[in-house]
Amino acid sequence: MTLPIHLQIVNLLAALLLLISFAMLSQRRIIGLVTLFAWQGLALAVSTALVGWATGQHHLYYSAGITLILKVIVMPWIFYALVKKLDVDRDVEPMINIPTTMLIGIALVIFAFNLALPISQLAGTVTRSTLGIAMACVLLAFLMMITRSKAIPQVIGFLAMENGLFFAATSATYGMPLVVELGVALDVLVGVFVLGIFFFQIRETFDSLDLKHMEKLRER
Amino acid sequence: MTAGILMQLAQTLLAILLAPLLMGWTNQCRAWFQGRSAPPLTQPYRMIRKLFHKDAVIAHDASPLFRFAPYMVFACMALAAGIVPIVANDLPFSPAADAIALVGVFATARVFLALAAMDIGTSFGTLGARREMLVSFLAEPALLMVFFTTSFIAQSTQLPVIVETLAHKQFAIYPSLAFAAVAFWMVSTAENARIPVDNPTTHLELTMIHEAMILEYSARHLALIEWAVALKLFTYSALGIALFIPWGIAPAGNYGALPLAMLALVGKMAAGGLLLAFLEAISAKLRLFRVPEYLSTAFLLAVLGTLTHFLLEV
Repeated sequence: MTLPIHLQIVNLLAALLLLISFAMLSQRRIIGLVTLFAWQGLALAVSTALVGWATGQHHLYYSAGITLILKVIVMPWIFYALVKKLDVDRDVEPMINIPTTMLIGIALVIFAFNLALPISQLAGTVTRSTLGIAMACVLLAFLMMITRSKAIPQVIGFLAMENGLFFAATSATYGMPLVVELGVALDVLVGVFVLGIFFFQIRETFDSLDLKHMEKLRER
Repeated sequence: MTAGILMQLAQTLLAILLAPLLMGWTNQCRAWFQGRSAPPLTQPYRMIRKLFHKDAVIAHDASPLFRFAPYMVFACMALAAGIVPIVANDLPFSPAADAIALVGVFATARVFLALAAMDIGTSFGTLGARREMLVSFLAEPALLMVFFTTSFIAQSTQLPVIVETLAHKQFAIYPSLAFAAVAFWMVSTAENARIPVDNPTTHLELTMIHEAMILEYSARHLALIEWAVALKLFTYSALGIALFIPWGIAPAGNYGALPLAMLALVGKMAAGGLLLAFLEAISAKLRLFRVPEYLSTAFLLAVLGTLTHFLLEV
């Protein structure tokens, strides 16, 4: 451990991202999920800014700014409003019980760490050791999307996956070009709007936000 | 060497004498957070004194084990308090047991308490003992994993070496300790019978765990057990401080740093008690069948800590 202090803080934030991913897996309430998602966004923004400062890659400041505005302020606010309007903040049991989900999560983390080890040795960035954590975050978010049957947790899982990908890009190659990042950010924002409208449509049709109802096709 | 032994005795005595104060402080903070008027800081001392002056009543069917258990429990906690570095590091008694043996010391106390609870044969005692065993068999692996995480960093399971590595070598941020600290907090709430696992103030038959085990005790036996409970909370707090925020503990043989170490200890303990009371005030007690989930989360966090150690810190 002879890393400079700001990189140690980046490592700490990476660990925090992983911790929040696990907290999301074990969270039963939707409001709790939204809050955790906001915290994850904040950790991501701070770590991106720190990496930008440490390496002199100033375009990372813009990415951090976009992350801060979109994922810490705008999207959680939209979700809070949605949850309030749809009145869906209750304990939701995931399809697989939580201890089992966590065990699968641990297996995924080990898998991701092993997978990332040879790749991170090829990368030349100072933050390469966090690549494993980024991949673990992506896989955990994926797991969350699989184990939840309600619509809003699935969308939050999708956004958390985007967070993980963003972090992977930062740690492996100091982020994507700004144009790509802007595009992705806009996509995600529009996606959230569209899905928000979808939630209302789904509830109108099925009287619930449980996506199990969509597995059966009906002829009228 | 003589100075070391004296220091060791002083530290253990300090732990034993200060333990009820920490309990009183936590209770006071909790009362503030709940908007009640708080009991005085010295309430636990008064209760222990009152109990020592009473005559003991013992069930007819009680075996000698029942009388013996409180002394054993208290002795185990005093032993643990002697092993953990509280104000000074690397005292002569600390090589007696490493982190893993320390878990064993706590387990011994618990086994005796559970056996004593079953000994008199009331249904409450048996129920409490069974629940206690359920909680502890889930909490122990998590506690061991926490110790392993810190031991990987220090390359040793000896507590003085861990404190030395974290506090007095070059400063470094260990992300794995963040996981281990959260896991340790969760485990220590379970082990000390605090909310969300057990409520230390309730005597409701459906929810109590620790209180159900000690229902049959009275007078000096109960006083010893209450004191041991306070000492356990103190020792766990000291352990948490030694593993995660050890700055301020006096290095081996440096007696000039002791006043500062005392000050640091009091400050950290006060902050820890405040935090414990705050978290207890804002959270509800878990259903008994949710406790395995809570403790498995703690275990997984500790495992994650070990994994991140290998990824980020080697």
